[in-house]
Parts: sequence; C-alpha cells; structure tokens
Amino acid sequence: MSALLDIAGLRIRAGDSTLVSGLSLSLRRGERLGLIGESGSGKSLTALAATGLLPAGLAAEGSVVLAGRQVIGTPDRRLDRLRGTAVAMIFQEPLTALDPLMRVGRQVAEPLARRARRDGRPLSGAALQAAVLGLLEDVALPDPPRLARAYPHELSGGQRQRIAIAMALACKPDLLIADEPTTALDVTTQAEILALLDRLVRERDMALLFISHDLPVVANTVERVVVLRHGEAVEAGPVGETFARPRHDYTKSLLAAARRFDEALEGRP
Amino acid sequence: MSLVSVERVGFGYTAGRRILEDVSLDIAPGDTVGLVGESGSGKTTLLRLLLGLVRPDSGTIRFDGAPLDPRDRAFMRGFRRQAQVVFQDPYSSLDPRQKVFSIVAEPLRSLRVPGDHAAMVGDALEAVGLERHAAGRYPHQFSGGQRQRIAIARAIVAGPRLLLADEAVSALDLTTRVRIVELFARLSRRMSLLFVSHDIGVVAALCRRIVILERGRIVEAGDTAAVLAAPQHPYTRKLLASVPRLSPEAPSSTEPPQ
Repeated sequence: MSALLDIAGLRIRAGDSTLVSGLSLSLRRGERLGLIGESGSGKSLTALAATGLLPAGLAAEGSVVLAGRQVIGTPDRRLDRLRGTAVAMIFQEPLTALDPLMRVGRQVAEPLARRARRDGRPLSGAALQAAVLGLLEDVALPDPPRLARAYPHELSGGQRQRIAIAMALACKPDLLIADEPTTALDVTTQAEILALLDRLVRERDMALLFISHDLPVVANTVERVVVLRHGEAVEAGPVGETFARPRHDYTKSLLAAARRFDEALEGRP
Repeated sequence: MSLVSVERVGFGYTAGRRILEDVSLDIAPGDTVGLVGESGSGKTTLLRLLLGLVRPDSGTIRFDGAPLDPRDRAFMRGFRRQAQVVFQDPYSSLDPRQKVFSIVAEPLRSLRVPGDHAAMVGDALEAVGLERHAAGRYPHQFSGGQRQRIAIARAIVAGPRLLLADEAVSALDLTTRVRIVELFARLSRRMSLLFVSHDIGVVAALCRRIVILERGRIVEAGDTAAVLAAPQHPYTRKLLASVPRLSPEAPSSTEPPQ
C-alpha cells in the first residue's frame, strides 16, 4: 500500500534563511507519527507545507506527495479539493478555527455537506441535521441538539476543541494533522481529548500526524516519532525505543528534561 | 510566625459569583509553596489578592503579621519592596525600548531604594545567571529563557523576602523550563516562594509544599511528597491521573465519562 503522505527532501526557506531542510517522512493509513521539537524547530511549518498552506513569503522545495498528488508547486485551487478530502487539520486554539458569529452546528454542517456533495450523495435538510448531531455524538459532546445551537463563546475550551475535531471528521479525511491540539487545554481536559483522538483515529483507520512539544503526550499518542531541531530531523524511530534509548544528544537533553518532571511526580525528585 | 497568612478569604468580582471561597493558606519564611489549579480555579485571583491589587470581600491577608491593606500607601510601599512577582510571558513583561539596566533597576527607582543601583543590578543579573554587561543591551537581543532571567533579576533586585511566580515557566521550551526551575530552586534558599502553576510536574520538582485549588476552594494542601504519594481528595487524584507520563508502564489514557 502506498503512503498517504510522503515527504522527501523538504526544504522551507524565507528569503535567504532556511527554516526546514532535508526533511523526509512518510505515513500510511492507520499509522500515527509524532513530530516533536521545541519552538522554532519547524514542526508547524512542516505541517503547513504538507497541506500546501505555507504563508506567502515562505517557499517549499523538495517533494510532498499527499494522497498520490504532488503538493509543492500545485496551485491552490487544485489543492483545495485535496484538503478536506485527503487531509484535515486541527490546531492548538480552536477559537481561531471557529467562526464566532455562527452556531457551531452550522459550522459542522458546512464541511459535511461539502464532502457529501463531492461524494455525489448531497445532504441537506433533516438528513444533514441528523448527520451533524451524529458527529457531535461521535466526539462525545453532551446533549448534541442543544450544543449544535450554541455559539463558540458559549462553550468551554475542551468543547470547542471537540467541535473542531467534529469539523475535521466531517471531511472524512484519510489523514488527520493535529498541531498541538491539547496545548491550550487544562490537563484533565487534555486527557479527555487525547483519549477521544485515540479512539477516533482507530475507529476510522485514519493516519495521524501529531505535532507537539510535549514528550509525555507524544509518548501516549503515537507509534513513531521524528525529532526536529532547527528544521532538521535529528532522530526518528519507534516512540518507545527512541524515548528509552535516544541516540542524538538533543533528544537525550529533551528526555532528561521531561524525565525530571516525570520523576518528581513519582516522588523521585 | 508566618510570612504570609491568608485567613478564610472570600472574593468575587461581581456580586453573587464567588471566585474564592474560605481560602486559608500560610507561607512560612523560607518555604516554597506551589499553588496548583486549572483555568477558573481562582489561582490568579488569589495571587492578585496576595499582591494587594484587590481586597478580599471577607477574611484577612497578613504579611509579616500586619494586615495587607491596598489603601494604606505607606504600608504598601514597604510591602512592594518585600514581595515581588514574575509573570508568565517574558516577551510582554519587559519594555522593549528600555535597556536591561533600566528594566532591572525599575523597582530600585520606584521604591526609592538607597545605595549603588549599578552594583545592585549587576549582582541581580549574576544571581540569575546572566553576565553583568547584559545591562547594556535590549530585551530583543535575548532568548525567551534569558528574558525570563531578566524578569527574575528585576523581581529580586530590591531583596524581597517573598517571590511570587505566576506560570513563570509555562511559556518556555522544555529544556529552558528545567533551567529556570533550577534557578527558582536556587533563589528559594534565600527567600520564600509562592509558585502558581497549572503544571503539577513543575510544582512537584520545585516546591516543598503543595496547595490544590479547585473552583475557588482549596481541596488539598500539604507536604508535596506526601500529597503525591497519597492524594486524599478525588480532584487531586483526577489531576494526577490526567498528567501523561513518559514511562510506558504508566496507565494509558481511557476516555472518562462526560
């Protein structure tokens, strides 16, 4: 089976400075890959390049093949179809992904109707409404009929992130890209959202590209990791093995730092 | 005697809605106390009360035995020299147009602290692990971790007895976070520290005592090691169970009921 996402020799430049260089990774259906690194490591840029969403002024070179199509150099209008079919994204702050003036039910209905249209089985009226409520149930929101009528500001941070996840699922993507999806959430809410993502990715046999600076979160979410530093992959491998026996000094320093707090919690400061 | 004593404090910004309810807390001289809570727990409001920025609706807060009254200007001037604060974001808490010297020396000027300000600023910069000549540069010439060191230098320059930190390492990268936590641990040998954070791992690594705040109430407080080893309150247990661990033998996440 061919890869859903195949990145080879990716280089991202802003003028003369290189932000990401020589990055290669590949992801198949059902696989979960973590992209970890500190701020400025290029992990979010890599996700944007994977979907052709790099901001103007940043140029990508190399190869990004998403669902069999080359992303680099392809005009936006052709990529639009690929986004929201092959791939959907969720971000750190769900408020920026949600329209503050639209009831959340309608916001979930839009990608649902679009995907149904593309599949040649248009949805509208009561059928669309039922599909919306079904999705809200899938993301474990309480009382979907009431919640669908709420505006984003009426929801908690965790509920908003569930709506953003429902919108991503509405696209029926083969690949879900999650960029720090729990970083802005309380730790008890984070545990719920991670468990939800874990269940949904398994149930729907999606591939997951999970971007995070938080090593314990990554350890509990993905199977493989790529460690980025200053735009270069310094280490890659199965998450358990990489975290237990890191080879690169940078990975070692990250793990030593994370272990410090981990052990303090276990009463071994 | 406690350096800070919070006795049965209640507070609400608007009538009817209580942010803090019946909160009591003591900070002994030289102690390190971690105040842990999630969003909406009231931890930032409690910090504002401790800084004398707002007054409690009920109960009292004492500093060194005397009631903390924001309206008593003479007392507050003395208090500000004794209690200083470090905030979360070192990018917004430092004036970009001022050189590091004038940023760090600000409490010395505004509190009219006598003495050789240049020497005091140099000492404060050294105490936080920066070079003395950093004083001549601007904040944008420093990394996030170094900026937080500058903010900490400003907080300790006037020799406070109490250092308050509000999510002071939350915006920092992991490796930087460890180094700044080590700096706080070093500083806590010469002053009391109240470390407010949502991150129970950081508090576990730094604080001798821990206070858990949930929706405006203290649900558990005590020796950090004892609380971590045998949490009593269901909320503390939920909080600890929610923190993801590196070690694979830790229980994996399960989806809790809504």
